[in-house]
Amino acid sequence: MKRRTKRTRPILTEGTQSLSFTRRTMLVGGAQIGIGALLAARMAYISIADNEHYRMLSESNRLNMTLIPPRRGWVIDRYGAAIANNRVDLRVDIIPERLKRPEQTLATLQNILALEPEEMERIRGELDRATSFQPVQVADGISEQAFAAISVRLPELPGVSPLRGFTRNYPSGAAVGHLMGYVGIASAEEYKESKDPLLITPGFKIGKDGLEKQFEQQLRGKPGAKRVEVTARGKVVRELTTTPDVPGHPIHLTLNADLQAYAARRLGRESGSVVVIDCLTGDLLTMASMPSFDPNSFSNGIGHDEWNLLSNDDHVPLRNKVLKGLYPPGSTVKPMVAMSFLEAGLSPDESVTCNGGLRVGNRVFHCWQRRGHGRVDMAKGIYQSCDVYFYYFAQKMGMNVIAAMAKRLGLGQEFPLPVSSQFYGTVPDPEWKMKKYKQAWQPYDTVNATIGQGYMLFNPLQLAVMASRLATGKKLMPHLLMDPKRKAAETLGFTDEHISYVRAAMSEVVNGRGTAGRARIPVDNVLLAGKTGTAQVVSLDRGSGKGGLWKYRDHGLFICFAPFDNPRFACSVVIEHGGGSGAAYPIARDVMTFLYDRQKAMDVLLPLEAAWGGTVEQRMASAMARFKSPVATPAPDTPPPPPGDNPR
Amino acid sequence: MSVIPAPVAGLPWRIMALTSALACFAGVVLYSAAGGSMTPWAGMHLIRFVIFLVMALVISRFDEDFIKSLSFPGYAGVALLLLFVEVVGQVKGGSQRWISLGAFNLQPSELMKIAIVLALARFYAMLPAGETTRFAAVWPALVLIGIPSALVLLQPDLGTTLAIVASGVIVMFIAGLPLRYFLGAAGAGAAAAPILFSMLHDYQQKRILIFLTPEADPLGSGYHIVQSKIAIGSGGLFGKGFLNGTQSHLQYLPEGHTDFVFATMAEEWGLFGGLMLLLGFFLLLRWATGVALRAQTKFGRYTAAGLTMTIFFYVAINLMMVMGLAPVVGIPLPFMSYGGSSMMTIMICIGIILSIDRKARRGHSGMSGLS
Repeated sequence: MKRRTKRTRPILTEGTQSLSFTRRTMLVGGAQIGIGALLAARMAYISIADNEHYRMLSESNRLNMTLIPPRRGWVIDRYGAAIANNRVDLRVDIIPERLKRPEQTLATLQNILALEPEEMERIRGELDRATSFQPVQVADGISEQAFAAISVRLPELPGVSPLRGFTRNYPSGAAVGHLMGYVGIASAEEYKESKDPLLITPGFKIGKDGLEKQFEQQLRGKPGAKRVEVTARGKVVRELTTTPDVPGHPIHLTLNADLQAYAARRLGRESGSVVVIDCLTGDLLTMASMPSFDPNSFSNGIGHDEWNLLSNDDHVPLRNKVLKGLYPPGSTVKPMVAMSFLEAGLSPDESVTCNGGLRVGNRVFHCWQRRGHGRVDMAKGIYQSCDVYFYYFAQKMGMNVIAAMAKRLGLGQEFPLPVSSQFYGTVPDPEWKMKKYKQAWQPYDTVNATIGQGYMLFNPLQLAVMASRLATGKKLMPHLLMDPKRKAAETLGFTDEHISYVRAAMSEVVNGRGTAGRARIPVDNVLLAGKTGTAQVVSLDRGSGKGGLWKYRDHGLFICFAPFDNPRFACSVVIEHGGGSGAAYPIARDVMTFLYDRQKAMDVLLPLEAAWGGTVEQRMASAMARFKSPVATPAPDTPPPPPGDNPR
Repeated sequence: MSVIPAPVAGLPWRIMALTSALACFAGVVLYSAAGGSMTPWAGMHLIRFVIFLVMALVISRFDEDFIKSLSFPGYAGVALLLLFVEVVGQVKGGSQRWISLGAFNLQPSELMKIAIVLALARFYAMLPAGETTRFAAVWPALVLIGIPSALVLLQPDLGTTLAIVASGVIVMFIAGLPLRYFLGAAGAGAAAAPILFSMLHDYQQKRILIFLTPEADPLGSGYHIVQSKIAIGSGGLFGKGFLNGTQSHLQYLPEGHTDFVFATMAEEWGLFGGLMLLLGFFLLLRWATGVALRAQTKFGRYTAAGLTMTIFFYVAINLMMVMGLAPVVGIPLPFMSYGGSSMMTIMICIGIILSIDRKARRGHSGMSGLS
């Protein structure tokens, strides 16, 4: 073999090659031992130094803490009857994060649960919008069979969570809708705010509105916990420990649940509200606002159709009219105005002649009774609701007297109630007008205010408080909670004489020569005292206010208390566009009757309900059916009230 | 001279005992991995081991020259099998790595790990010592390594490719090729790494990236490494106890009976179990290296040293992978992982080294088998 001479490297021989082999093999062996030592060190580091860390990770892999949603505290009425309680419920949720084949899973669920297309649409919508951790309710109140059918098929339905739990129940349904609000699954924002894992536990709901929201912390309770060992695929291997839940605290309301339900039913197809106050304590016995929504169906997640039906209704079933309906009070303010005159020193015997109108400045203000009332003193001014009497003396006494009395009686005031908001309206006076409109108060402003028109706007709760304070002469504060420590009302300082005078005049409205003879209650030895009110909605050139388009009809109002000489209960009724007070006082009469004689009150209600097309639930169901049916059949319009029955 | 009768004394008792101990420990771990059952893994694993142990003993009876004579045809045959699975895979669409043999699926790439060592050992054994510094000593070896590496990389099986290259390069190294070649190649490799990286499959790139930061994607591809480390780390010094591993039993640990069997073991037996296993591998590799050093022929030396590297490569890469020191490449742990192909490869290696050992001992009749 030829070798290149330039090679300087020593030529490898068999001997040196053998030596090189031994050396290099030892080197490789040494490197292997080095790597082996490195591996041993690495393992020691992981399993000794980091042992605690990895042990914790291993435990958090293995153990899954499932929260048991606490049973929500009951809401009970003054006698302990349930306004909101819980019923056992079998339910199914989807946890979007764990959902694998959505379409297939939904199809299976639809098949087992016989879900309506609308429900499917809602579920799909919520799944699209849901953040991964938020459970989406599929159905609740499902049957044992369906529950079992889903439970056995769980391995092929990842992300589906059947649960035996409790759901909120409102026995009187829509009657307490506005008051109670409803519960629902916590929103993503609410979860992000508190980071409480309970909020994303399937089956757990928080108060979304009304008292459910106001008393969320008391009602919520403490969740129980179930520690389970789970596989990587989420299958539960065994249960380790279970801590029971601590139910939430009950909320004891001053409400009379039966009366509330009766009032809601008695409102019928009208859009209106009823407030009843206990004249001894100021307890609110009823705060009914109709039409309303059924908190049971709201709490279960409401369908698109139901939502559209409710939000497009001109009777605004989503607004609590007791607190958020503001109305011109009309003639219901007259007893209050009269009381202000009395307290300011006007003799009740002073009178004025009503010829059907009074010139104020360059304009004639008419009395509702164009024929005139003749000679009118204070009592007749109240029971005949003579406008001219008030036009005349209001100008004499001045607006400040009236406005001060209005405020003392609760008008325009916000009360310390556990509600999210109250619209408290306006008690107008010269100072207010200057501040708001930069205009001086005019005599015609006083004239307008004195008959409850113009700038005056109050909510039905204020009207009821006014009635109770006029009736008792005490500064009754409305209460919603049965707080044993609630203070006895202070006196307003009216003389007994003045109180008796106004009581008698208001009794005359109902029981004598007054404007609401048909409001007399069919109870022996109990006389109702009241005051009618009709509030114009549009100027008379657009309609008479009595008939025509619903939204142009006058509001009908009525305030009352009973018994007139020793008041126990006070009440206000406001019917939106009722066409006049004739729409309001029969309802007040029946509600007040219910407090004394339930049977008589029910005897009046049942035939009425038959004529209206069933109970509240039945009418809501048929409205829903009409809304869904492709041939839109319009809902029967509210008939105008019988003519000639609507004094101011 | 031994006092024990020759046929019995001729059996490699120490290696049989050592490998049997490793396989039996694997049986215990696989029994636990199946939730306390011999099926589906532990029983089959032990049966396979017995079969392959007998096969190894048969191979150990082969004369070294016979094995030598088979090395080039064997290499050619395995290379053809590799080509065959590649073609079949292309025809069927998608990649296929194995040929079904009924009892298990044979991966030709596994056999190539041995074939490349034998072929290179034969090549360098033929080469006169003076030639080893010349280029003629390099390019045939590169061709021999390059062909199967390319075929296996096409499958694509990065782990096996690296094993083939590593075994081949080690044979070249111990055969005495100049150091500058290796240093130069290492430098060039480091420089070419970014280019090679860009040529990898997406999933391979992803695995390497995730290896660098496994916690960044704990529920995705980093899941394997994270869960494996949790299993090993939570085991502590003496483990959670036999049948008490939660990572494996609750299926958090993926591939707990194959590639990640070490993690399954470590969770229940702890650092102690891990060190015992490392000791077992150390004894085996020390014996194999000893055989290489004792061997009288160049072929025997290179083969034994190369196959030692093959076994070591399995162990090292697998353990680095499960402890988060290497990317997830599908390399099983010898004797421990459930699977026929790798066990067959390992036992063939053992058989060949035993054969070389027998020849070495015949040459040095005074020496004992296990130094």
